[in-house]
Amino acid sequence: MNLAMTLATTRRILSQLRHDPRTVAMLILVPSLLMILLRYVLNSPIVFDRTAPALLGIFPFTVMFLVTSITTLRERTTSTLERLMTLPIHKLDLLFGYALAFGLLAIAQVAVATTIATTWLGLDIKGSIWLLLVIAVLDALLGVALGLFVSAFARTEFQAIQFMPVFVLPQLLLCGLFAARESMGWVLHWLSNVMPLSYAVEALTRITGSSTVDLTLWRDLLIVAGCALLALVLGAATLHRRTP
Amino acid sequence: MTNSAVTVDGLRVRRGGREVVHDVSFAIARGRVTGVLGPSGCGKTTMLRSIVGVQIVAGGEVTVLGHPAGSPQLRRKIGYATQNPAIYADLTVTEALRYFAAILRAPVSDVDRVIGEVGLAAEADSLVGNLSGGQLSRANLAVALLGTPELLVLDEPTVGLDPLLRDSLWELFRGLAARGATLLVSSHVMDEAARCDELLLMREGRILATGSPAALRERTGSADLEQAFLRLIRDEEAARS
Repeated sequence: MNLAMTLATTRRILSQLRHDPRTVAMLILVPSLLMILLRYVLNSPIVFDRTAPALLGIFPFTVMFLVTSITTLRERTTSTLERLMTLPIHKLDLLFGYALAFGLLAIAQVAVATTIATTWLGLDIKGSIWLLLVIAVLDALLGVALGLFVSAFARTEFQAIQFMPVFVLPQLLLCGLFAARESMGWVLHWLSNVMPLSYAVEALTRITGSSTVDLTLWRDLLIVAGCALLALVLGAATLHRRTP
Repeated sequence: MTNSAVTVDGLRVRRGGREVVHDVSFAIARGRVTGVLGPSGCGKTTMLRSIVGVQIVAGGEVTVLGHPAGSPQLRRKIGYATQNPAIYADLTVTEALRYFAAILRAPVSDVDRVIGEVGLAAEADSLVGNLSGGQLSRANLAVALLGTPELLVLDEPTVGLDPLLRDSLWELFRGLAARGATLLVSSHVMDEAARCDELLLMREGRILATGSPAALRERTGSADLEQAFLRLIRDEEAARS
C-alpha cells in the first residue's frame, strides 16, 4: 500500500473526467433535477420530507455504481489494467484511488442536491448536515466498491449495465423507501436486513428526523462503511496479475 | 547463467483449450537487441507475456534478471509495451505518461524525455484518443521507456510506422542496448531482423532457430533473412515427414 500511488490514481481519474465535462455536469446536476421533479410530483411537503432523505443516499449509490462498473470495465478491456498489473502498484492502491476520486465527485453531487433540497424545496433536516454528507458519501463509496466488484463479471459494457437492475434495484425496493421494512414478510425483511442500502436509508431518515446521534445511527454508519470496504477487498481479489 | 537476462526452460502455454507454445527453451543475452520473428499467430505475444509474467503458463520455468518471471522485484525493472496500445485515450499524452511515471516512481523529467525519444513532442498535449495509429503506438512505447528498465519487452513496436520513424526508433533501441539495457523486440517483418543482434525465429509455437543474423544467413547459405527463414521452415518440414 502506498499513498502516493493511490493519490496518483485519483488524480489520473479526475483528469480523465476533466476531459469529459458533459459526464461531470450530468453527474452533479441530474440528482438535483430529479429531486426537484420529485418535490413537485409529490406536491406535499410532508411526503417529500419522508422520501427525500433516502434519495440523497440512493442517487450517489446508483450513479457511482454505474459509472464505476463502466470505467473499470473499460480499464479491463483496453488492457491498461494489464499494463498496471505489470507495474509496481498494489491492487488496493488502484481501488482506493478509484474510491477516492468518485468519493470526491459524490461529495459535490450530494452537496448540490442537499443545498437545493434544503433551500428551494424546503426539506427540513433536524440532525447534522455534515453527518448527512458523510452517509451520502459512504453510499457513493458503497456504489463504487460494488461497481468495481461486479465489473469483474461483465465482459461487455452491455452486461455491466445489466448488473444495475440485479444489484441495485432489489436494494432500492427493499430499503424501506417503498414500504416500511417492519411491515414486510419475514423473507423480504430478512433480505432487507442483509442489504447495505437499508442501513444507509435508515441512517439518512434518522438524521433528517432528529438531532440525536444514537447507537443505532453509529451502527448503521459502520455497517455501510464495512460493506463498502468488504466490496473493495473482494474487488481487489478479482484483479489478477496473470491471465490466460 | 548470470550473463543471461532471460532464460526460458521447457515453457508450455495453453490458451483456449489447446497448447500454443510447445516446450520452448532459450536464453537471451544481456545488453543486446534480440528480435522475435515469426508469422502472426505463431505464439510471439504469448511467449513475451510469459516473460513479462502476465501469462498463466502450463509448464516450464522462466527466469528474468535472476528472478522467476512475474516476481514483484521485477515490476520496476521491465518495460513492457503491448501490441494493442494500453494507454488512456481520454488523457493527454503528458497526463497519461505522468501517471505511469508516478506508479514507477520515475522522475517527472522522464515524461519529457520519453516523449522526445519517441518523437511525440508536438503531440504532448493532444488527447491520446486523437492520435493517429502510428502516434498511438509510439505513445504506448513511451510508457515502456519510463524509468530505467533493465529489460524492454516490445511487442511489434514499429507496426504501421513510416520508414523514417521506424529508422529513428531502431536507433533508439540500439542506443538503449548500448547503455546496457536488454531488448526483446517482436516483429513479423523480416527486414527488421537484420537490425537485431540475435534472432529467435518462431513458427507454430516452436523456436525454429536462434542465432545472429549473420550466422543464420551462413547456416542456410541464403543472402537474405527472408530466404533463410524459408529454408529453415522447409528443412524442418522435411525432417518431420
